[in-house]
Amino acid sequence: MSREVVIHTNQLTKQFGDFTAVDAISFDVYKGEIFGFLGANGAGKTTAMRMLCGLSTPTSGEARIAGYDVYRETEKIKMHIGYMSQKFSLYEDLTVGENIRFFGGIYGLSDQALKEKSRSLIDSLGLKKHQNSLVASLPLGWKQKLAFSVAVIHEPSIVFLDEPTGGVDPITRRQFWDLIYDAVDRGITVFVTTHYMDEAEYCNRISMMVDGVIAAMDSPGNLKVQFNAASMDDVFYDLARAAKRS
Amino acid sequence: MRTLKFLLIKEFKQIFRNKALLPMIFALPIIQLLIIPLAADYEIKNINIAVVDHDHSGYAADLIAKITASGYFRLLDYSDSFESAYRQMEADEADLILEIPQDFEKELVITGQQKVFIAVNAINGVKGSLGSNYLNNIISDFNQGITAELMQASSAGPMKKIEITSLNWYNPYLNYQVFMVPGILVLLVTMVGAYMCSLNIVKEKEVGTIEQINVTPIRKHHYILGKLIPFWIIGMFLFTVGFFVIARLVYGIIPLGNLFVLYGFLALYLIAMLGFGLLISTYSQTQQQAMSVVFFFMMIFVLMSGLFTSIDSMPDWAQLVAYCNPATYFIEVMRMVVLKGSQLSDIRLHFAVVTGFALLFNSWAIINYRKTS
Repeated sequence: MSREVVIHTNQLTKQFGDFTAVDAISFDVYKGEIFGFLGANGAGKTTAMRMLCGLSTPTSGEARIAGYDVYRETEKIKMHIGYMSQKFSLYEDLTVGENIRFFGGIYGLSDQALKEKSRSLIDSLGLKKHQNSLVASLPLGWKQKLAFSVAVIHEPSIVFLDEPTGGVDPITRRQFWDLIYDAVDRGITVFVTTHYMDEAEYCNRISMMVDGVIAAMDSPGNLKVQFNAASMDDVFYDLARAAKRS
Repeated sequence: MRTLKFLLIKEFKQIFRNKALLPMIFALPIIQLLIIPLAADYEIKNINIAVVDHDHSGYAADLIAKITASGYFRLLDYSDSFESAYRQMEADEADLILEIPQDFEKELVITGQQKVFIAVNAINGVKGSLGSNYLNNIISDFNQGITAELMQASSAGPMKKIEITSLNWYNPYLNYQVFMVPGILVLLVTMVGAYMCSLNIVKEKEVGTIEQINVTPIRKHHYILGKLIPFWIIGMFLFTVGFFVIARLVYGIIPLGNLFVLYGFLALYLIAMLGFGLLISTYSQTQQQAMSVVFFFMMIFVLMSGLFTSIDSMPDWAQLVAYCNPATYFIEVMRMVVLKGSQLSDIRLHFAVVTGFALLFNSWAIINYRKTS
């Protein structure tokens, strides 16, 4: 494959005291891919993702995000990524419009771009009636869709999604994935963790983390063949059962 | 600069939307400024006195009348048994007992000498000692009056005596409110700095929004300025309200010194206290943590700043603590500039020290604030 590599990691490790949360993981993610990052709770997914976003400094190993080094160029990385955490993290005491303008503004969008972006976002999310309501008053599913849209407001090269659809109903999840596909069409690479195996099927490639290491990595189809399983659920059980940590 | 603009807009919207914080910022300080100075008043009045009179003479009655007429004492009990007065003191009702012996008037006229006995309930030390001082003054005054009277009667030569007159500078009527109000204003801006600023930042940690900020390219100093500037403005505003509305209209305090000097110092002091709040927030993960730590320091700021008690009468180690306390300097500056009209040259040292605090707290906080863990 000669495609452009946007995330490159080699032997990336994070230790907290004598606990190795992420143990020498190595992988590449290509431009325009939807890369699924799976694993049981406590397998080290969030820790790995935080290192890739420049929120946490690795203990050892190397990683380059959009061509920038995770040790020395974290602020440059932050110009080129979007991030949506497990915890809902827009400002609940600001309105929909204010959140969009605030995050757009701090990513350096011009006044003109901000205006257009706010309008198109609010239209496409169907939030016209709610643009002046506080985010706190929105249902969870809407909040998550809004949070995703804000995370890609500056058209980053990569967007990191940490369990973006946790607790969201199936219809809204489907709509959420439509937003993800739209982003991919615009050339944004998607790095996503999830516990929903139907969502895993939507990914181009999947890595399975068990006890801080990557136990398997391939497309969902190949993984099912490799593990002789009928569904991704079975692949997940096969691998996660071997875990000693949880 | 553009980033800072967006941060400030967001911060002000959030502050003015916070229905719990807003009254705390604006109403509480004003209420405190109206109430605390009334309670923090050291002038002792209403000292309960029990008089034991074994004499029942005209002089004894004169003395008692003079004591009750002074305005400081309240005649709680008048009897001829010490037992009864002592019981009152044991019940903590009487602060002082004055015992007038038998033949008080007779002895005084014949020999010119007489003794009265004062017993002091020293549980409330201030009340007890001030009370006995007042009583001593009244008795010696009474004494002089009698001596003069007797001497005139015997037409002897004029009496020689030295009288001391004193004049109270800067606070001529020894009004405690004039002394306390400027100091309490300092406490209020200290609270805004330390509490509001640290709680605001730690709240973002608790809710998780700070993580969203940390993955953006916002510069550390922009984010910090975005937090400091709103509370700096609120601090300046609160001080102005307290100073020109409450202190002037309610307590009639009109500053003698230069307002620019005062505001210059306030501006600097607020930067120091906001830096302190910021520093605490970098070490706290939850609002409870931040609250307890700030509370601990507030107690020291309040009690060891010379606000209520004089620093000169503290033991050496406590004086050391007091001089490591930023509030001490601002309270001194307030009293000097407002009551004495001190000039910039008189408070150069204070300026230097608070600049030092501002630099120390802020640079420590900025170093300790990390976008990456």
